[in-house]
Amino acid sequence: MSKKKVLYGCLQGVFIGLVLLILYAPILLLAVYSFDGTNMIGRFEGFSFSHYAALFSNPKVLRMIGNTFVLAFLAAALSTVLGTVGAIGMFYCKKRMKAIIHGVSQIPVINAEIVTALALAITFVAVGLGKSYFTLIIGHMVICTPFVVLSVMPKLKQMDNSLYEAALDLGASPAKALWKVVLPQIIPGVLSGFMLAVTLSLDDYIVTVYTRPSGFETISTYVFNATMKGNAHTAETLASFWALTTIIFVIIVLFVVISNLASIRKKEVRK
Amino acid sequence: MKIPHFSRKTLCIPYAVFLIFFVIIPMLVIVFYAFTDKNMHISLGNFIRFFSDPTKLSTIVYSLVIALITTVICLLIAYPVAYILARSKMKRKFVILLLFVLPMWINFVLRVNALRELFNLLSSLQGMDWLASSNYFKTVFGMVYDFLPFMILPIYTTMLKIDPSLYEASRDLGAGAATTFLRITVPLSMPGIMSGVTMVFLPSMTNYVVSDMLGNAKVTIIGKFIYEYFGTDWHMGSMVALVLLVVVFVSTWLTGGFSSEENVRGANL
Repeated sequence: MSKKKVLYGCLQGVFIGLVLLILYAPILLLAVYSFDGTNMIGRFEGFSFSHYAALFSNPKVLRMIGNTFVLAFLAAALSTVLGTVGAIGMFYCKKRMKAIIHGVSQIPVINAEIVTALALAITFVAVGLGKSYFTLIIGHMVICTPFVVLSVMPKLKQMDNSLYEAALDLGASPAKALWKVVLPQIIPGVLSGFMLAVTLSLDDYIVTVYTRPSGFETISTYVFNATMKGNAHTAETLASFWALTTIIFVIIVLFVVISNLASIRKKEVRK
Repeated sequence: MKIPHFSRKTLCIPYAVFLIFFVIIPMLVIVFYAFTDKNMHISLGNFIRFFSDPTKLSTIVYSLVIALITTVICLLIAYPVAYILARSKMKRKFVILLLFVLPMWINFVLRVNALRELFNLLSSLQGMDWLASSNYFKTVFGMVYDFLPFMILPIYTTMLKIDPSLYEASRDLGAGAATTFLRITVPLSMPGIMSGVTMVFLPSMTNYVVSDMLGNAKVTIIGKFIYEYFGTDWHMGSMVALVLLVVVFVSTWLTGGFSSEENVRGANL
């Protein structure tokens, strides 16, 4: 019996390990070859930082990286403000109104991204707005804000409502009470909503393609175009993406490790 | 000066206006374009043209088959992973779960590109040259690779909520491991399966980045259709988008997605 159990446990471990291996194999492959001098994956010719140097010396690549992050933080910040204020308003609305706004807010969440993108693009062009940085920001806000609302809402429900009433009784104006009493209670939801919005915007390809002004490139659009062209001219650029992938991967791993260590330490302090 | 009647409800106005302008109106625009011709006259022409073109319909069937295979494979991999993790008594199992989620934070085009490079390497090996021309295989593999976390997370969260005493009760009442699995685990994890399926099926019909990059642009899925029509014919593009929209709404309504406020993608990231 116990032998069977051990075998079963081993099989489980092997299965999990295999799936993880497949998930990480492509990324680790790129990480290894990002330190190789050649543009060819398959033979390692010697340790070199040349792909990293190429990445940081190509002004086009640097611009698209900058574009991606500025856009993500701007769209996320605007989405967070709009979504947080909206969620607070919705929370105090009558049930029916709340259900309607919530239902509409869910449309971009469940909808295929390409439908959202096409609808926005046609609307922008049809009303004469064309495509600009403004429409791009709006496009990203449409996909990000509903997720901010979704992460703020549960915090509003957990909130102690009598504190707001107490603040009013003690002479605070409603605006001040919201700022000083309600907001601090929902701040974890606001922050996770912001983080979620940043990641959604960073990852986006489809909405960006449909709403961006001409000539504007993000990591997603630039890498996609460079890969689809696939001629010798871009071989070096493609190789510099290995370096980019590795850098992003390392940053994410560091971020996750640090934030987990921080939360573990917090728990221990609380004990 | 005192602002008369500040009400907390009014705070929802900016968001409501935003939703009207950038969600509701664009959807109405899509409907309008879908049912008009080039001269903006009301017409069912797009609808008829779309559903009477055999090459279009066969592409749609292909796209549906790809999405279906992707979803089934994702489910077959994700379910055991979620089951093992949810029932494991390991102290730090969240670390392993995190390992499954972590690749999602790398830009997905870069991730697909990484897979593409791996395929290029593999197909240059001896005896693996069949891989170079297996566009459908690579597309499905890429979609599974990309969307797997969306299947694991919701199933894992619903499985965690299953009361362990149910398993004990089932065993005490004489049920074997298989019966317990089929009568307790599967039915109670159904909501997770449902949301996982919708989160994988829809992108695998529409995310043409994966099929273009891994299928050498030889695999056409519904999303690619919309992209191609966007350059040539907005009316037909809107018709395809509208069909997708209806599919999404019907499937969400059938799986009860509108009522639940908890969103899996949002809650777990």
